[in-house]
Amino acid sequence: MNASFDLSTAIAIHATSTETPWVIANVSRRKFLQGASALGGLVLAVGYAGASRAEDAPKYGADAMPHGWVDSPLVFIAIGEDGIVSIVCHRAEMGQGVRTGMPMIVADELEADWARVRVVQALGDEARYGNQDTDGSRSTRHFFMPMRRCGAAARQMLEAAAAERWKVPVGEVRAQNGEVVHVPTARRLGYGSLAKAASNLPLPAPDSIRLKDPSQFRYIGTGKLKLVDAQDIATGKAQYGMDTRLPGMLYAVVARPQVYGGKVVSYDAAATLKVPRVVRVVQIEATPGAPEFNPLGGVAVIARNTWAAIQGRRALKIVWDDGPNQSYDSVGYRAALEAAAREAGTVMRNDGDFVAAAAAAEKRVTAEYYLPHLAHASMEPPAASARISQGKCEVWGCFQSPQAARDLVAKRLGMPVENVTVHVTLLGGGFGRKSKPDFGIEAAVLSKAMDGKPVKVIWTRDDDLHNDYFHTVSVEHLEAGVDAKGLPVAWLHRSVAPTIESTFVAGAKHEADWELGMGVINVPFAIPNIRIENPEAIAHTRIGWFRSVSNIPHAFAVQSFVAELAAAAARDPKDFLLEVIGPARVITPQMLGDTWNQGESPERYPVDTGRLRRVVELAAKEASWGRPLPKGRGLGIAAHYSFVSYVAVVVDVAVDAKGEVTIPRVDIAIDCGATVNPDRVRAQMEGACVMGVSAAMSGAITFKAGRAQQDNFHQYEVMRMPAAPREIRVHIVPDDYSKPLGGVGEPGVPPVPPAFCNAIFAATGKRIRQLPIADQLKS
Amino acid sequence: MTKLNINGKQYQIDLPADTPLLWVLRDDLGLTGTKFGCGMALCGACTVHIDGQPVRACVTPISALADKKVITIEAISADTIGQAIQAAWVDLGVPQCGYCQSGQIMSAIALLKEKPTPTDADIDAAMAGNICRCGTYTRIRAAIKQAAGEKGAPA
Repeated sequence: MNASFDLSTAIAIHATSTETPWVIANVSRRKFLQGASALGGLVLAVGYAGASRAEDAPKYGADAMPHGWVDSPLVFIAIGEDGIVSIVCHRAEMGQGVRTGMPMIVADELEADWARVRVVQALGDEARYGNQDTDGSRSTRHFFMPMRRCGAAARQMLEAAAAERWKVPVGEVRAQNGEVVHVPTARRLGYGSLAKAASNLPLPAPDSIRLKDPSQFRYIGTGKLKLVDAQDIATGKAQYGMDTRLPGMLYAVVARPQVYGGKVVSYDAAATLKVPRVVRVVQIEATPGAPEFNPLGGVAVIARNTWAAIQGRRALKIVWDDGPNQSYDSVGYRAALEAAAREAGTVMRNDGDFVAAAAAAEKRVTAEYYLPHLAHASMEPPAASARISQGKCEVWGCFQSPQAARDLVAKRLGMPVENVTVHVTLLGGGFGRKSKPDFGIEAAVLSKAMDGKPVKVIWTRDDDLHNDYFHTVSVEHLEAGVDAKGLPVAWLHRSVAPTIESTFVAGAKHEADWELGMGVINVPFAIPNIRIENPEAIAHTRIGWFRSVSNIPHAFAVQSFVAELAAAAARDPKDFLLEVIGPARVITPQMLGDTWNQGESPERYPVDTGRLRRVVELAAKEASWGRPLPKGRGLGIAAHYSFVSYVAVVVDVAVDAKGEVTIPRVDIAIDCGATVNPDRVRAQMEGACVMGVSAAMSGAITFKAGRAQQDNFHQYEVMRMPAAPREIRVHIVPDDYSKPLGGVGEPGVPPVPPAFCNAIFAATGKRIRQLPIADQLKS
Repeated sequence: MTKLNINGKQYQIDLPADTPLLWVLRDDLGLTGTKFGCGMALCGACTVHIDGQPVRACVTPISALADKKVITIEAISADTIGQAIQAAWVDLGVPQCGYCQSGQIMSAIALLKEKPTPTDADIDAAMAGNICRCGTYTRIRAAIKQAAGEKGAPA
């Protein structure tokens, strides 16, 4: 392999593969989010490219994602002569801690000294980094092993370089905390002095890479490291999509159609153009067909500051054609969903004979649950900036999926993808909204309209709530036939909800197998007769992923219904839930009719009811399930398997005489396999508890005349500190690193609303079948 | 022309008098630590101190700031309570996405200035105007208590 140096910048990169000549250019123009100034001097990258690429591997997990994974240290690691180790994080940080966790994995195997590690945010470039779509609770589970191999390969090269320097057998040297030690003589060489030599060495073959024994982990699993961005956040220095500043930047807001599918008929910008500092008014064309990730169109106001743009937008006079969805009304739509849920739908799973078994059962129990649309309402509304120069476009933004932003900006501008650079800022919350880079395309379109000048587009809160890719609305219809002990022997679940597929295929009417595979099809219950049906539902707005997606309505319905069956049988809800789950057993997902399995291998990731039982038992034990409680107080339990992790929750609620709810405590147990950063697992569970009770208590976007009715946080209420659980206790099932890892970002959410409502039932005898709870408990 | 005193510096701002302080800070002065979240004083992401009081910059016109002293997150480290709060935030790993935390920190500092050893009810009252969508409330509460404890310790 040829070594080469790029001395055109302060950073020289030592590339070792001719297969990836673009590596050098890419790295040298990389904008370091932090730590760039600390690099200084000559910096060398060690590593290799193309040694293990996804193309050769099977087709589950990261292998099945676009651009798979990359484990090359050349791509992810650079070591300066000063010993500073720069590690690239290619996934987007939105609060899950990935900019700490992912580099920590590399650093551990590399035996890097964390105090001398700098984290560098990757550009959107999946051909180079592997999949960057930070969604689906996938980052750690898909990249734990590639990042370990990446760090280990670099460590072995540094050890080999030191052995060569000392003329000793490589078996006598050991990398340790930023240095290589010659064990017999205790001689030491820092990584900075070895990096150049290391990078000239042959690359370890994939089968020669020696991973650490997990007992040797220095950082992984210890929870000792602080967040890499915490200090910047606490001092206001952290940079989000909203914060990008470029010389000569203009600021824009867009008046978008308030009804999905609406179009501008005409507009009058005369008053707008009189607002001081407004520069120009530009129409953005709507894109025909399914929503995809395209801008909605509308009229943009471009100004010299954000306030002027907002004032200018208020002064616009626009005549809209509201289009085909102008009669979308949440009250009427709910009635239509309920009607559909009471008729047979497409059969998605059919074990045994539900009809016969239910007819022969001791008793029938039926319940129907309604869950409204939700908006993501990340604290940072969508925001992106773009500038165009000499046929190239640079974009900055809070993108969960920077490659999608890059591809779509290129397509919209008619540029080759190589000419579009996407910088990923921190995300002020994502929750799935920022997987859709429509706002980045808006920025690029407006920069083009301004002859390439830098333009930042910000969404105001009403934009965010009116024009979200909303979490779906659903009716979940359940019926059970129970035996003499009250246990279900026949189970019917009809789930009816507009599908996310409609965002990509206009007119899609059925939930996809992957939506129904989120807790409807794959209920792992010991029930001989199970029938799952999916009636039609037509979308009238943009439907999108929201943290834990369809698991929210599905888990709410299933776990509420199990508790209802327990109540009907006068049984303890926890014991009853365990009986419905049945004995510990390992189930192939296909046996449950689930061919999706979260995109994971059915062999590596079977459904393990023993693990589900264990989290139920752990949460119950830690919550002192069964303890005596005063009047108006109650415990509720729920469990759910999603994102190949197992979570159970016990919520402790108090409901006073006026129907005011408080939550003294939540106990949440997770089995996600072994953990990389247990403190962030705890943080994700804490956040999931708050988001779950928030959605249950007050979360609802409603439509009237096609328009979302909630403008801001006074109408779309997000849980605040006084109402939030006072104490959240997280219990992580301990594990070694022998099993594949599960997801963490999302699976905490689904069991929280049903556990909360089951607790309300325990406290008050009132069964909540529609969300949000809102005033349902008020006397 | 409006005179502003921000983080101890004097500025002459040539913007309409009704311009909210938030956009002057962010767009004109480059002080982006103060965040935009709602524009209606509903979320607290834009909280700054004006003469020591926590105020939502998104609804505060610059015309209201004559002879007032504005402190933003960027300058709060100069304050010992500010340091204690920031240190507790880092130590307890309060932030998730972090976007709301400038505002949370500014509200928490104002609380501790008013009530050095706040009760839970004091914390609820002082922090109710700050939304965290990631749900870091239990850690915010713990960090406020930790900072209060350290600050109360003998020097």
